[in-house]
Amino acid sequence: MLKKLFMLIVAGFFLASCAATKTEEGGNVDAASTSASSSSGGEITAGTQEDLIVNVGDRVFFEFDSSELTVDAQATLDAQAAWLMQYPDTNITVEGHADERGTREYNLALGDKRAFSVYSYLAQAGIDTNRMEYVSWGKERPDVIGSDETAYSQNRRGVTIVSN
Amino acid sequence: MIKKILLILFFSINANAALEVTIAQGKVEPTPIAITQIFGADSDTARYGNTLRQIINNNLTNSGLFYTVNEDLYIQSDNLVEKVPRFEDWKLIKAQFLLSADVSKTDKGIRLRMRLYDVFNAKEIEKLQLSIPDENLIRRVGHTVSDIVYERITGETGYFDTRIVYVSEIGPLDQRVKRLAIMDQDGHLDSHQFLTDGKNLVLTPRFAPNNQIVTYMEYKNNLPRVYIYNLKTGEREIVGDFPGMTFAPRFSPDSQSVVMSFSDPNNAANSEIYLMDLNTRSRLRLTNDSGIDTSPSFSPNGEKIVFNSDRGGSPQLFIMDKNGDNIKRISKGRGVYGNPVWSPRGDLIAFTKLTQGNFHIGVMDTNGNNERVIVRDFSLESPAWSPNGRYLIFHRQKRSNLDGTGGEVSIHFIDITGYNERVIPTPLDGSDPAWSPLL
Repeated sequence: MLKKLFMLIVAGFFLASCAATKTEEGGNVDAASTSASSSSGGEITAGTQEDLIVNVGDRVFFEFDSSELTVDAQATLDAQAAWLMQYPDTNITVEGHADERGTREYNLALGDKRAFSVYSYLAQAGIDTNRMEYVSWGKERPDVIGSDETAYSQNRRGVTIVSN
Repeated sequence: MIKKILLILFFSINANAALEVTIAQGKVEPTPIAITQIFGADSDTARYGNTLRQIINNNLTNSGLFYTVNEDLYIQSDNLVEKVPRFEDWKLIKAQFLLSADVSKTDKGIRLRMRLYDVFNAKEIEKLQLSIPDENLIRRVGHTVSDIVYERITGETGYFDTRIVYVSEIGPLDQRVKRLAIMDQDGHLDSHQFLTDGKNLVLTPRFAPNNQIVTYMEYKNNLPRVYIYNLKTGEREIVGDFPGMTFAPRFSPDSQSVVMSFSDPNNAANSEIYLMDLNTRSRLRLTNDSGIDTSPSFSPNGEKIVFNSDRGGSPQLFIMDKNGDNIKRISKGRGVYGNPVWSPRGDLIAFTKLTQGNFHIGVMDTNGNNERVIVRDFSLESPAWSPNGRYLIFHRQKRSNLDGTGGEVSIHFIDITGYNERVIPTPLDGSDPAWSPLL
């Protein structure tokens, strides 16, 4: 109990310090999409998906037909790596996604490259690969429905999902 | 293919050479054919005949190569199986061909007799007698008769006694439930069957060219891998059990191997093309490049493979030898290419192309020359050939909207001349269609 409380405090501390970067780097958190929307009422439990979404940013975005991490994406992943360091019992799955403007098969390949970009960045940042998996969903699981660039730019993404 | 059907006890082919219907480039003038009632002695057989007639009529009409002369115009109303038609009567209403048939009950089930006449030359050009042991085979019988008529008149191989495997879709676009499903080539509801339960996402089913086996991709336990599905036994089996994603599977022409993409974690998850021998389970890597290599499709002689790669910057089409040698880019136009599929005739490659905000489905020669767009729309994908290489099926998806509406996706059929497009009906939305060989 005490330990948990301590962790919460530390988390809050850490997050406050990187909050400035977080908002800039495409952390326009589309929380509605993947997370349970319990954040409205209760407190956020540290080390959970919700914590990651709200306080770190669970996703990075990619340019069209690219799996390269932008500067913004790298900043988000630095924060994710720090967060993962903080919760060493947390395992994750990185999902790679593509927008709908490509063939299904090409987008599966692209989604895998994107997921791997995130995965290997986190690995290089010191996260044990035993804690991480990655998977491509191609264009099969858009976050934002819509056939326009606004939707596409949100769908070209790598999302970090807490798996335990 | 006709020989394969066990239900045929007796079958005779008239020895006359096939009459050629002009199928030049461009629009085909459909050939007028009259189909008499399929006569039955009692109400059961009459109903049976009626259904058969509908199946045959639909098939021939849907091919775009025939139209049936309006029945109201028929002057002669007799059963013309045993009786020589009054050809003048049929000529008068401009029927170029005349099909008549009857059904009757025998000890061995149902007997169908059929006669096909060339009206202008006033002669019988085809006759056949089928013994149908099981009434439930009615759709197969209708398709088989359609194939015989089609082949006899056009000189091309028929394609009616075939099935389409596809992905049935339902639910919100961001949580789509996808199931493998199969149906007759005409999409008739009576023939429709789901093959998977929708628990796992399934994608891109493709038929083996020689048997009733389908290869596809499934997210079992959230691991996207290539599987095969034996339609006869219902057995499912993983074939792309590699330490990373396997996808984009297609059979080799002898159905003994599957060519697919493998995204290897030890290769920065970059997709390369592999060939897996289904008997020995040995795998051979065919490509080695830092770009994405996917969507492989064999030439029908098994010597070449066309595939999709962004090794030059943007996704384009390439061909290589079956062992991966002699890689050569073939797509020449502007735009982003994908989904190449080698025609069963060997002469053309169908593809999709994204340019100027639209998808196009087209065909090109195997060296990339003579590219021709067949259909264009906001979203088109997954061209698949009819076994006779004359038609394509593909899917067409509507734009979706922020409020979650739109995005409907349906399966379409089109003649490679670009004419005669129609929807193949499915109970729910449908995508990723693939055509079986002749049954």
